[in-house]
Amino acid sequence: MKTIGEINERIQKGEAVVVTAEEIIELRKTVSPKKLAKEVDVVTTGTFGPMCSSGVFLNFGHSRRKIKMGGGKVYLNNVPAYTGIAAVDVYVGATAMPDDDPKNTKHPGEFKYGGGYVIEELAAGKEIHLEASSYGTDCYPNKSLKTKITIKDINEATLYNPRNCYQNYNVAVNLSDKTIYTYMGVLKPRMGNANYSSAGQLSPLFKDPYLQTIGFGTRIFLGGGIGYVGWWGTQYNPSVKRQANGAPVSGGATLALIGDLKQMSPKFLQGVSLTGYGTSLMVGAGIPIPILNEEILDWVSISDDELYAPVVDYSYDYPNSTGKTLGSVSYGELRSGKINFMGKEIPTGSLSSYKTAREIAGILKQWIKDGKFLLTAPVFHFPGPDSKYQFKPLKEE
Amino acid sequence: MLHFPPILVDKPMISTLIRDYDLDFNILKAFVSPEEEGVLVIAFSGTEENLDKAVNELKSKGVTIQLIESDIRMIRDRCTDCSVCVGLCPVGALILDRETYEVIFDAKRCIACGLCIKGCPAKAMVSSI
Repeated sequence: MKTIGEINERIQKGEAVVVTAEEIIELRKTVSPKKLAKEVDVVTTGTFGPMCSSGVFLNFGHSRRKIKMGGGKVYLNNVPAYTGIAAVDVYVGATAMPDDDPKNTKHPGEFKYGGGYVIEELAAGKEIHLEASSYGTDCYPNKSLKTKITIKDINEATLYNPRNCYQNYNVAVNLSDKTIYTYMGVLKPRMGNANYSSAGQLSPLFKDPYLQTIGFGTRIFLGGGIGYVGWWGTQYNPSVKRQANGAPVSGGATLALIGDLKQMSPKFLQGVSLTGYGTSLMVGAGIPIPILNEEILDWVSISDDELYAPVVDYSYDYPNSTGKTLGSVSYGELRSGKINFMGKEIPTGSLSSYKTAREIAGILKQWIKDGKFLLTAPVFHFPGPDSKYQFKPLKEE
Repeated sequence: MLHFPPILVDKPMISTLIRDYDLDFNILKAFVSPEEEGVLVIAFSGTEENLDKAVNELKSKGVTIQLIESDIRMIRDRCTDCSVCVGLCPVGALILDRETYEVIFDAKRCIACGLCIKGCPAKAMVSSI
């Protein structure tokens, strides 16, 4: 019906009709899908939640007496970076921690500092303490180096997150008698609380369930700046079970996101600490969905009441991969603050910030309306449900 | 925080109180100290009139009552408005505004149990202790 080229022309003229994923749900209550599909050009989505599989590739440039960081050791504010690449290229991951972090020796550990915080501080332009040591070669004779740098001193700071924007996720509860500390937060005993982590009706991949518009090279809002979809994410699962409306009933697709950290903001890249678990990075992402036809309009109009998440016990079932789910609840119920589940009224909490997801969808909407952001068609589409692409567990001897 | 002198430790005072004055309650901590004094950290809710009567009855029977003043506060700049604290707080001192989806901390309701400090990923809930 419409093409991305036509939509981009309208964006450049300042004529594009852009709404957020929440606004389209409201509009859909009173306006016919046919009319909306014709008149609305873009629907924007957003999400801001902890995304552990995130990190940044850095190139520092060479010191006068050159050092081979590759194969050596590098610490940024005492957080180890991965050095298995070139001489002055490193990768700082969100979950990396200082060598002397007590971790869970006195359970539950606080995990006060880690890679996620380093990434936030880099984005904030803060000074970072860099320490490097190596074995020395003829061409890179320097064996140790200490200095202070900011993101301005760095050549490249390329955020590359192998797995972001999970399409749906579990609702975590704790069936045991003791409080447990997990990546889904603190879980009180006997289903004392239930934690979920998704922006639901605002979340990018819930609004494009079969990844018809989102693919390699899709331009997005990332960390406060511009980014792109760099690959399908790790643990990608297109064969997930789905409802009739296409929405997965549990975790499905994921995306690898890439962008220049230098134009991003700590407001949308925040280091966090999960007690008893580790550090992570909250990542803000927003993806525009071109309304090319009525089918896409139907998908972007799905609301929280029509999206369901599986309830999983994190005290036994999750750690032991039993695959058992206790049931499912809708995001509408989750977002109301309490769910009625297995005869109990359970207060809910979200790890994903709905307020910030809404803000991101709003910012992206404004960028597009201002003509500053053009949409891209995927260079290629990611594997679909018919592709036989499998998400497997680890093979053990 | 209620202190029960040894002579009262084996008397069913709280259950009678709750029935007589139609109170809701949440017990956070309860123990008998080595000196055989009973200590109960409890949050009561009910009508103002009934709460006043309940407090007066406890005092008249020799129970010492201490209002806990919480020094827990929220660092607004760090809070991401995620809401995990809302599901953890036993007394509703942390709530999610269902229109703006902002997390709001009501210090007056806080009983300093510290669950939010443990639970907040952004380390936005802090205490000076």
